[in-house]
Amino acid sequence: MPKVTYIEHNGKEHTIEVPVGQTVMEGATKHAIPGIDADCGGACACATCHVYVDPAWTDKTGTPSGMEQSMLDFANDVEPTSRLSCQIKVTAELDGLIVRMPDSQH
Amino acid sequence: MADKIEKVVIVGAGQAGGEAAIRLRTAGFAGAITLLGDEPLPPYQRPPLSKKYLAGEWPEERLLLRDAAAYESENIALVTGAKAVWIDRTAKTVRTEGLRDLPYDALILATGSRARKLPTPGADLQGVHTLRTAADVDAIRERFHPGAKMVVIGAGYIGLEVAAVAKQHGLDVTVLESAARPLSRVTSPEIAGFLLDAHTAHGVKFRLSAQAAVIIGDTQVTGIGLADGTIVPADIVVVGIGIQPEVAIAQAAGLNTEDGILTDAFTRTSDPAIFAIGDCARRPVSFYDSRVARLESVHNAIEGAKLAAAAITGTAPPVLEVPWFWSDQYDLKLQIAGLFQGYDKVVLRGEPSETGIAAFYFQGDRLIAVDAVNCPAEYLGAKQIIQRAQTVAPAALQDMSTSMKEIVASARPVA
Repeated sequence: MPKVTYIEHNGKEHTIEVPVGQTVMEGATKHAIPGIDADCGGACACATCHVYVDPAWTDKTGTPSGMEQSMLDFANDVEPTSRLSCQIKVTAELDGLIVRMPDSQH
Repeated sequence: MADKIEKVVIVGAGQAGGEAAIRLRTAGFAGAITLLGDEPLPPYQRPPLSKKYLAGEWPEERLLLRDAAAYESENIALVTGAKAVWIDRTAKTVRTEGLRDLPYDALILATGSRARKLPTPGADLQGVHTLRTAADVDAIRERFHPGAKMVVIGAGYIGLEVAAVAKQHGLDVTVLESAARPLSRVTSPEIAGFLLDAHTAHGVKFRLSAQAAVIIGDTQVTGIGLADGTIVPADIVVVGIGIQPEVAIAQAAGLNTEDGILTDAFTRTSDPAIFAIGDCARRPVSFYDSRVARLESVHNAIEGAKLAAAAITGTAPPVLEVPWFWSDQYDLKLQIAGLFQGYDKVVLRGEPSETGIAAFYFQGDRLIAVDAVNCPAEYLGAKQIIQRAQTVAPAALQDMSTSMKEIVASARPVA
C-alpha cells in the first residue's frame, strides 16, 4: 500500500499507508492526524484540507481543477504547491508522497 | 467547572458524538471517554449516504470518519449497538439497554434525529423507505435496479439527491412534492427553479402540489394514490420529508426541550453537567443576532463538538463559523453559506447558465446568505464577508468585471 508522510505545522511527522483510490485527505482523517480538518469529508465544499505538496512530488500530484483552484484562492497562506488534499487520489505512483500542513485550516 | 471532570459519557456516535470524543483529547482531556452508539458502525459520514454510497461508488468502510483503531489509540471506549435509555441526573449515571449504569461527570447528548415517517395509510409496506442510516441505504439498494420505478416523496435536498443518483442509475424517477415548488423550506424560488430545470432535463418527472393519500400494495408497494385520484406506479418509494430530533431521553430526564434540546451558546443544557450537540440540539447562532436554531448540518455537528469539548476542558472555545451546507446533484455542486430566512431581496451575479448560478440574499443592506451552484468563488467570498460582519452593495455583486476577491476586499462593516 502506498505510504504518505504528513508533516504537521509544528514539524511532527506521521507516515500512513493509504489504500489506492482513497484520497490523501482520507489517509489523514481516518487516523485522526491533526492539521487536516476536512470538515466536509472530501466533497470539495469546505477548503479545510489544505496542504503543501512537497515540491519533488508536484509533477505526480498534478494541478488543481478549476473548482479546487477557486476554493484555494480563498484559503489562508496559499503557496504555489498548495492543494486540497481531498482532491489528490492516491495511486501506486504516489508511494512516498510528502505533504505539509498549514498553521490553520480556518 | 468547579468539580474535576474525570469521566465523560457521550450518547450518540454520529458525526457530532465521534468528533466530540476526538476533540476532548485534542483539548487535553486525559480522563475516561465512553462513546455510545446505537448503530452497528463506528461514527460515519451521513452526507454521502444519499450520494456516493447510494450510487454504489463507496463501500461502507469508506463512510467511516476514522478507522476503529483511531478510537483505541486515543483511549476512547467506543461501544456500538448500545442504546442509552435513561439518565439519572442525581446519581449522574446513564443506563444502557443490556449494560450497567455508566457514571459520568459530564454527559454529552449527541442523539441525532430520526427520519419523519409518512402519516399515510400503507406507509409500512415493503419497498417504502426513509433514508437516514447506512442500513436504510442498504435496504433501498436491494431494489435499486435500472428500469425500476422509483417515487421520491418530498423534494428537499435528500429527495433531490436520491432522484439524481437514481436517474443516473437508470431508474424511472418521479418526485412528489406537496408544496408548489421544490426546496420551499430551504431556498429561494430562483435556486429551486434552477434545480427543477436540471432534474427535468435529466428526465426526472415532478408532481408538484401533490398529496400522497394512500400507498398501494399488498405486502410490497405497487403505487401511490394521490389526493386527486391519480395513481403513480412504484416499485420503490423513498420518503424524504424531514427529520425530527431525538429528544426522548432528554425529555424523560427533565431537560428543557423545544423541537430539540435547548442549550446556551456553549452547548450547555438546563443541567450544567449535560451538553447537547448536533441535530438534536438547538442553540443561539452568532452572526444572526443569536437567533436560536437547530441546524441539521455537518458544520453544526463539528462546531457543537468543539464547543462542548472546550466547555468541559475549560479551554478556549473555537472561532465560530457562518453556517454552511452543500448538496451534490448530477455534476452540480450547490454550496450554501449563511441562513437565508428573512431575506427581502435576492441578487443574482451574472446570468444563470445551465451549469451554474449564484444567488445572494439580503435583509435590508445586509448580506445574510448565498446559494452558489458550481460557483465556489461566490460561495467562499460571501462566506468571508458574512463571517467578518461585513456587507457589500448589490450592484458590486452584479458587476461581472469585478472579481469576488475584489468584492470581498471592498466589503464594509454592517451598519
